[in-house]
Amino acid sequence: MTGSTPKPKTYLGVPVSRPRVAFFELSSCEGCQLQIVNNEATLLEFLSLVHVVNFREAMTEKSDDYEIAFVEGSVTRRDEIELLRRIRDQAKVLVAFGSCACFGGVNQLKNRFDPGWVKREVYGDAPVETDRAQPVEDFVSADLRIYGCPVRKEEVERVVTDIVIGKEIHYPKYPVCMECKANENICLFDLGEPCMGPITRAGCDAWCPNNRAGCWGCRGPADAANLSEMKKLMKERGFSDEILLDRLECFGGFGKHVDEYRKGQR
Amino acid sequence: MKLNCNIDVHHVTRVEGHGNIRISIQDGELKEAKWEIVETPRFFEAFLVGKKWDNAPWICGRICGICSIGHTLASIRAVENAFGMQPTDQTRKLRLLLKHMETLQSHVLHLYFLAAPDFAGTGSVFPLIESAPDVIARAARIKLLANDACDCIGGRRMHPTRTVVGGFTMLPAKKDLAGLRDRLSGIMGDLEKTAELFKSFSIPDFTRETEYVSLKGSGSYPFIGGDLISSDGVQKSEARYKEMTNEYVVEQSTSKWSRLSRKSFAVGALARFNNNFEFLQPAAKELSLGLGLKPVSHNPYMNNIAQLVESVHVVAESTLIIDELLDSEFSETRQPVVPKEGMGVGAVEVPRGILYHCYEFNETGNITRCDCVIPTSQNHANIQHDLEELVSQYAVRRMKDSDIDLLAQMLIRAYDPCISCSVH
Ligand code: SF4
Ligand code: SF4
Ligand code: SF4
Repeated sequence: MTGSTPKPKTYLGVPVSRPRVAFFELSSCEGCQLQIVNNEATLLEFLSLVHVVNFREAMTEKSDDYEIAFVEGSVTRRDEIELLRRIRDQAKVLVAFGSCACFGGVNQLKNRFDPGWVKREVYGDAPVETDRAQPVEDFVSADLRIYGCPVRKEEVERVVTDIVIGKEIHYPKYPVCMECKANENICLFDLGEPCMGPITRAGCDAWCPNNRAGCWGCRGPADAANLSEMKKLMKERGFSDEILLDRLECFGGFGKHVDEYRKGQR
Repeated sequence: MKLNCNIDVHHVTRVEGHGNIRISIQDGELKEAKWEIVETPRFFEAFLVGKKWDNAPWICGRICGICSIGHTLASIRAVENAFGMQPTDQTRKLRLLLKHMETLQSHVLHLYFLAAPDFAGTGSVFPLIESAPDVIARAARIKLLANDACDCIGGRRMHPTRTVVGGFTMLPAKKDLAGLRDRLSGIMGDLEKTAELFKSFSIPDFTRETEYVSLKGSGSYPFIGGDLISSDGVQKSEARYKEMTNEYVVEQSTSKWSRLSRKSFAVGALARFNNNFEFLQPAAKELSLGLGLKPVSHNPYMNNIAQLVESVHVVAESTLIIDELLDSEFSETRQPVVPKEGMGVGAVEVPRGILYHCYEFNETGNITRCDCVIPTSQNHANIQHDLEELVSQYAVRRMKDSDIDLLAQMLIRAYDPCISCSVH
């Protein structure tokens, strides 16, 4: 998929009442899954909506009979590819859950280096298996993405509700700045701080700027992200190339922009 | 001795991350009792190299979703120590308060959602939603308070937004702190009920003499920075943490192992409790004695009880911290940062034990080396040795396979391991 909405037929197979839901994790901090348990106020309501059949972090019972699979984390080892293919075969709806799954997340920062050096730096000469950190969709198709590091629980609940009732899923196409302005925050640039809000996809309700912290782009690019405008803005406000690049490459969502940027720097 | 027993738990559930238990007894001989870690490493220590100092706390919090606040604070402390910065009194208090609320959140999550189902004889907390709704509502109430408090002080309950090198990007409103204080006083009753619940559970009777490592309290129960001690009498400064952790690579685990005076040691709530009992708040001390926990306890299953005791401690101390904050005028939220070349270590007691972050910087404040030593990786060797001892002790008593299996899993869960964190 391309970040747009899945065709309605993808939920036709899903019974409208209490679909069987499974959670899986690849290489991750398990934070996105935890966001579900961490939502005490509405957790019970959420649980009444779905039937959780697999959630290793919370339960011992497991079942391979599920309709919706939430896959968290990025792929960094061969066995994870096999697990992912098995999940794809079973699930009617596969959700790439969080920025690790959607873009590789912070894990993909290791792809900047020679893999041999990466292993030696941490494990010395001991053998350890690891590959590049890659998003889920490098291996299987995903029907839906839920962006964010971490995902925003309100959005997860909305998406799940929409799947259950068979509604189309919409992602905001506009940038974080729109939400930030609606919240009447003081702009970080006016406080002398860098912010990726102008080019990052909204949907988090400007989580970081609401707390007077600059956005680092965890949700990836907005539909019409304009990198050259962003570069200009950062330069005008006195921020170095390094500061922009650190934010562009942090979560993997701006991968192609980083390549562009590096080319431009040469 | 039992003649034959084969247990193979592929991915222990209700723990964070991926680990396996393998037990085999053949013809009356213990062939193996193994705790294996199969989690995929993510290589934070490598991919941070080259990054500017401000990336460290922001990215390192992502080592772990459960204790992201602890990682962020350890990372910030390491950077501040490297740059020779001293947090203000106000920043110290707010950080400790934030830390306390993460401890409460994490301990309650573990006690109710991960540990309790074993004692209740269910595979997860979900059946209890129907059979014991008041118990679940209570757990949710405590967790919600703790998480709301983390939102209020850290900006976000997971991967906090306001915590930065030098202080905070933004301070909580005093009226929100006052509201938090009221809710904290109200939650003590829920913690007492939690204690009654755990008193009704029978904690497995198992001990193995163990060395316990933690921060050393001076004047108060320690959470952020200070000297390091072990119950075998070792004492080191924070900067010399490597002499305390002695990490090495083993074949059965993608996480490293640690040792100190013996072949393994333990960190966590029980270690802190054993080493710093005198500094607990009176209510916490009283509760521990009521639950039959006294220092020094060598029963790893008692870590559950130590977590409960600490939950009471952090709630009691948090109300005091808030009182002090409310009585003072808020000053500057954030100090300016001037990077400099050098090395810094940050040691922080996170829910599962002592955590160290260490960075080396060049003169522009870019990271040249990074090392993170995680509580659970320090515990893995100890879990392994406990497991061997447990299986031998219980096999002699001719216990059923399924009982040994359950006790082994409960042992692992008692440590509340955070495996993806330990591999990072
Ligand atoms: S996207 Fe972020 S919060 Fe979610 S699993 Fe990955 S690192 Fe954790
Ligand atoms: S703070 Fe960031 S998100 Fe908000 S308006 Fe400014 S640039 Fe946009
Ligand atoms: S403000 Fe930016 S970094 Fe923060 S949650 Fe939203 S998209 Fe992610």
